[in-house]
Amino acid sequence: MTEIQTSRRSFLKTSATATGGLLMAVNLPGTLGQAMAAGTVSTPNAWVHIADDNTITILSAHSEMGQGVHTSMPMLVAEELNVDLSQIKVVDAPPGEAYVNALLGAQITGGSTSVRGSWEKLRVAGAQVREMLVSAAAAEWKVDRAQIKADKGMLIGPNGKKATYGAMAAAASKLPVPEKPAIKDPKDFRIVGKRTKRVDTPAKTNGTAEFGIDVKLPGMVYATIVQCPVIGGKVKSFDGAQAKAMPGVQAVVQVSDGVAVVADSWWRAKKAAEKLSIQWDEGSVASISDASMLEGNRAAAKSGKVIPIIASKGDVAKAIQGAAKVLEAEYISPMQSHSPLEPMNFTAHVQGNKALLIGPTQFQQGAQGAVAGALGLKPEDITLKTTFLGGGFGRRLELDFVVQAAEISKAVGKPVKLVWTREEDMTHDYYRPMGVNHLKAGLDASGMPVGLHFKVTSQSVTQRAFGLPKETLDPFMAEAAVTGYNVPNTQHDLVIHDTGFRVGYWRAVSHSMNAFANESFVDEMAKAAGQDPYAYRMKMLEGKPRYANVLKLAAEKAGWGKALPKGRARGIALMEGYDSYMAQVAEVSLNKDGSVKVHKVTVAADVGHMVNPDTVEAQLQSSIIFGMGAVLKHQITMKNGRVQETNFAAYEPVRMYEAPQIDIVLVKSTEKPGGIGEPGTAVAAPAIANAVAALTGKRVRRLPLTADAIRQA
Amino acid sequence: MSVNFQVNGKPAQAHAETDTPLLWVLRDELGMTGTKFGCGAALCGACTVHVNGEAVRSCQTPVSAVAGKKVATVEGLSAKNNHPLQVAWIKHDVPQCGYCQSGQLMSAAALLAKNNNPSDADIDNAMSGNICRCGTYPRIRAAIKDAAATMRKA
Repeated sequence: MTEIQTSRRSFLKTSATATGGLLMAVNLPGTLGQAMAAGTVSTPNAWVHIADDNTITILSAHSEMGQGVHTSMPMLVAEELNVDLSQIKVVDAPPGEAYVNALLGAQITGGSTSVRGSWEKLRVAGAQVREMLVSAAAAEWKVDRAQIKADKGMLIGPNGKKATYGAMAAAASKLPVPEKPAIKDPKDFRIVGKRTKRVDTPAKTNGTAEFGIDVKLPGMVYATIVQCPVIGGKVKSFDGAQAKAMPGVQAVVQVSDGVAVVADSWWRAKKAAEKLSIQWDEGSVASISDASMLEGNRAAAKSGKVIPIIASKGDVAKAIQGAAKVLEAEYISPMQSHSPLEPMNFTAHVQGNKALLIGPTQFQQGAQGAVAGALGLKPEDITLKTTFLGGGFGRRLELDFVVQAAEISKAVGKPVKLVWTREEDMTHDYYRPMGVNHLKAGLDASGMPVGLHFKVTSQSVTQRAFGLPKETLDPFMAEAAVTGYNVPNTQHDLVIHDTGFRVGYWRAVSHSMNAFANESFVDEMAKAAGQDPYAYRMKMLEGKPRYANVLKLAAEKAGWGKALPKGRARGIALMEGYDSYMAQVAEVSLNKDGSVKVHKVTVAADVGHMVNPDTVEAQLQSSIIFGMGAVLKHQITMKNGRVQETNFAAYEPVRMYEAPQIDIVLVKSTEKPGGIGEPGTAVAAPAIANAVAALTGKRVRRLPLTADAIRQA
Repeated sequence: MSVNFQVNGKPAQAHAETDTPLLWVLRDELGMTGTKFGCGAALCGACTVHVNGEAVRSCQTPVSAVAGKKVATVEGLSAKNNHPLQVAWIKHDVPQCGYCQSGQLMSAAALLAKNNNPSDADIDNAMSGNICRCGTYPRIRAAIKDAAATMRKA
């Protein structure tokens, strides 16, 4: 997988340079000025602000959307700065070149990159500041640096000399930043790798945490928007008179994506928006349905341009031709919406050439750049503040709602908080594209594969979002396409089919469709070979210790092979994604109505070095339950270009009564850190599908895996 | 027209149209943003508050319906986070994005006020109206049991 990962990492940077797309590198002049302290604040580097009252603020370049970065990022800095987490405050970094995520080439929170990208960078940042503080104290006290210790916010020198970090911060900030400060050997870590309480929990249990939807500015007004029921459609004409006459309404404003109503409360804006009469130019999407998208994907799979994902191994056609048994299957993953629980919103205040933007975003520089482009402002004249995100899952990488808020504020000349209804949110997402996977394998007389042909046909998010040239490999479509299994002849192909519909990066991106196909197919091969699916996988993992280890650990913990009560069965699945290795065993039965009940998911994960093991566990629980919803329950369908699911009745996330027991085994590992926010979502699908197949003898190859899907299989 | 009621033990007055949902009176008129908007259709539970001790979805409760009644919101559990549920939530580090947690806490508080020894089925019944898109359910369940044990000892 190495070459694919490398291409994925370097991709956005290259593409941005090539296309001059959304990425706006902005250096904010002077201090970042967000330290939460009175008095003078010094900024030895971009990550640490120290006030003279010794208030220490650590900046997080990554948005907190539940994945625990407001704790894990400061832990890395604090480890080397030698302060306790209780001594620091954390704030979101502003847009700035210093905060660019090197793995994605932009200031983005996504792709399970936060820990991977920050692992060394933030420890170095903490160590730099520590060394600068020590140097400043050495100069002040005229002693050797080696005689000074920096610990828990205090500098301690010989002969009882003592000073707070704050007292030395101003002097330290004037010193050159050491390029290669000494950082600890991981065995000496005091903070990193230890179970650590999240710093954001208390604010999230007493109602004080500020999400985008909670932002208040003096003189602020409230807005909501009505967009064309066919995404991409434009306003032809509209009559806002009735809306304008409703109580509290201040303005009815046409913006790029629709018509907004501005009022003195959100409810009044929403009630008035119901009175709008809008004629739409629906555009080309109006002719699309999910059925036509599937047919389009299938046709493209047959005749579209084939893009190799990785160099072929051996001669697959020949191997399959000479095989004792040939297996072929098609797997279908439907569209999915992100549906974070906090509906899309942003607050904007545009004043002349300047703008203030406050809200939940996964893409600070993008938000700044997009508003600059839309309003004709300079990016450096746009201040952006990030709030907590009430979920992201990739939806808040998009910038539509940010631009809308700015356009409305400009039109009314006031600070505006734009909040979408849930219905607007669900019907105007950037959806996880539909995916169609075709797999073909030849098995030898012993049942083991001698040739494997993998093909995925789907839509490229990266073409839309970052201008990836057509007919080139989109690495975000090829994730988990290549498995760890040893098969002598393999070929992995990608076909990009543009349905014309709007797609986006969704939790686990293409891992979610590719792992479903690959790991379902391995089970089908095992069945054709008359072998146990666990043992069958193990046979193909010689020389792949990290894969084999998690598979074994999950199987052991789950009691693989041990008898279950009547009516229950287990399924197993394995994947590498985001540099993390993971196996899951799902234990299922059928409810009376024929739907699937997941009793337990056992997961073993080797994620390399961990920063906060409790967060790793939380993300495993989270990603599995998130994945379960997509596997068992929901999908986005479309008729005449209109998304049919409008709220949580038709697109229903997993609820408490459906949540399984989740048993977790974490591998102690000193490998480089892997990402853990997403892979669990992808592995849940085949683990559950394989369990259902084991239970019912029926193989469901098209998600979601509902009672009807099982009956019809 | 105004509607008089109590919020967290203090008198409150709403001047909005009387069919305005309690949620938006709390958030936009009274400035209490701890209670969240998720779906506007009583499907997600993010807006859960108590009216005279019962958990209700404030997005579907017109403010006229709470005239003369006692409303409790997450801000009233305890600003200092010392309600047994808040203590347990922090102990188990329940929240992820945190957006649904006000509603989760209020549903759980209504449950424990009536039943300080809930079974798993009781928890399923009381909590299944509250969606957590981050999937914090295993920790919510553990924290409710923990808080219930604390309340039984008290």
